[in-house]
Amino acid sequence: MSDGEPVKSIVTPTHLVYEYTATGAHAEFLHQIGQGRLVGQRCSECGKVYCPPSGACARCGVATSQWVDVADRGTVTTFCIVRVPSENIEQKLPYCAANILLDGSDLVFIALLQECEVADVRIGMRVEAVWRPRSEWSPTFENIRYFRPSGEPDVPIERLGAWV
Amino acid sequence: MRDVAILSFAQTPMKRRENTRSEVDMVMSVVHEAVAASGLPRREIGFTCSGSSDYIAGQAFAFVAAVDALGAWPPISESHLEMDGAWALYEAWIKIQTGVCDSALCFGFGRASMGTLPETLTLQLEPYTLAPLGIDAIGMAALQARAWLEATGRSPRELAEVAVRSRRDAMQNPCAQLRGDFEPEKLLAEPTLASPLRKHDCPPVSDGAAAVVIAAEEVARRAGPRPVWIRGIDHRIEPHHPGVRDLAGSPSTALAARKAGVDPERIDVAELHAPFTHQELILRDALRLGPRVRINPSGGALAANPMMVAGLVRIGEAAEQVRSGQARRALAHATQGHCLQQNLVCWLEGE
Repeated sequence: MSDGEPVKSIVTPTHLVYEYTATGAHAEFLHQIGQGRLVGQRCSECGKVYCPPSGACARCGVATSQWVDVADRGTVTTFCIVRVPSENIEQKLPYCAANILLDGSDLVFIALLQECEVADVRIGMRVEAVWRPRSEWSPTFENIRYFRPSGEPDVPIERLGAWV
Repeated sequence: MRDVAILSFAQTPMKRRENTRSEVDMVMSVVHEAVAASGLPRREIGFTCSGSSDYIAGQAFAFVAAVDALGAWPPISESHLEMDGAWALYEAWIKIQTGVCDSALCFGFGRASMGTLPETLTLQLEPYTLAPLGIDAIGMAALQARAWLEATGRSPRELAEVAVRSRRDAMQNPCAQLRGDFEPEKLLAEPTLASPLRKHDCPPVSDGAAAVVIAAEEVARRAGPRPVWIRGIDHRIEPHHPGVRDLAGSPSTALAARKAGVDPERIDVAELHAPFTHQELILRDALRLGPRVRINPSGGALAANPMMVAGLVRIGEAAEQVRSGQARRALAHATQGHCLQQNLVCWLEGE
């Protein structure tokens, strides 16, 4: 064996390139958000609305095809305050990532919550989307920069039902 | 041991690039079709097991999205493997053997067109000394083809004949992607891609999905008229490092076949998951399949090679051969890893 320093680690860079093709419901959702509209799909069996839609109702296992408009405002159902730095985080710490239930949708999704102190974020808080200027719109979820408090009264926690 | 039967099989048409349907759409179509054809109500199927790879999708936890296609409410018993759907079927078969369920839905899906597949597959290699060399899946297969040619003294013409037969048979398979009538001489005049392999020796990149429903005897008998029995199933693996393997043979396939109780004299048709031409010939030898056995009437993986799906498709195609009466007994094989590193063998029989 060598007398040299023990090898404690090596670097083996890995790089893969993917070219994602939006298909089915994703493609239509992205097309609509590119026009400044949020849309979802309603399940013909249970009536639930999914935004963003996957093309299927996860409860019923059937294809969804009915498009419905969804508001760009909603309610915080839960949230997380991020205080740990990471290479891929561009936000200033601490910041809040919230689960938001949009009005007219039955599916929460995670979004950035800004323009308020993280200590003030609470379940039931009403929020609204802050869009990029129309001239910057393209078919991407990034058209919505973040959500911010809308100033409406909170939704009482008992009305959030199964979401909390 | 409980007798287990294949009740149904469904697959998407395999395409170079699926541009209109998402993974969820593809999975939903094959799951609906396979469940409907099984004769079992969806709610009665006791277990669901899938095979896919997040490296193919390029997204962490991509496999979770496919659950949207299942209608998993109330919650279902479900499992996922980062392997070909053939191994999902193996897990389901084991689960049925344990007695905790009597039937299972197995599926696999992949949209390899989104990435650069030969390079993605490089990441299966040992990450410290081998993967950094950058050898891709075609290069690895070429090393194996060279080892086989030198060990056996056989010729590249035999490889071209495998490609010609596969793509000719694929003309009868509506789900195949690469089909046509080719002449060996013309193929052999093409330049090599990674010596000794030419383009015709390699599989296409494919997007697709497939599903199979299996059930224990008591359920299978009341579900439908023509169950196809899984008489034996086994899988074996060879060392990870290709340098310590004999690449010219497939001892893990031979062992799996022995453990599964395969009698090559009694097999009529074999669906072999051989993405590269020389691998079919290696597998034929390992399985001791003589000239009487019809190989890959579907066209095999040379006609369509959806990652994480093509092995399950072999089992489904073999079952259809038995169900349609074209074969009394069929063998199906699935492979994973570089150069046939891991192999699953099963054999099927009608009533």
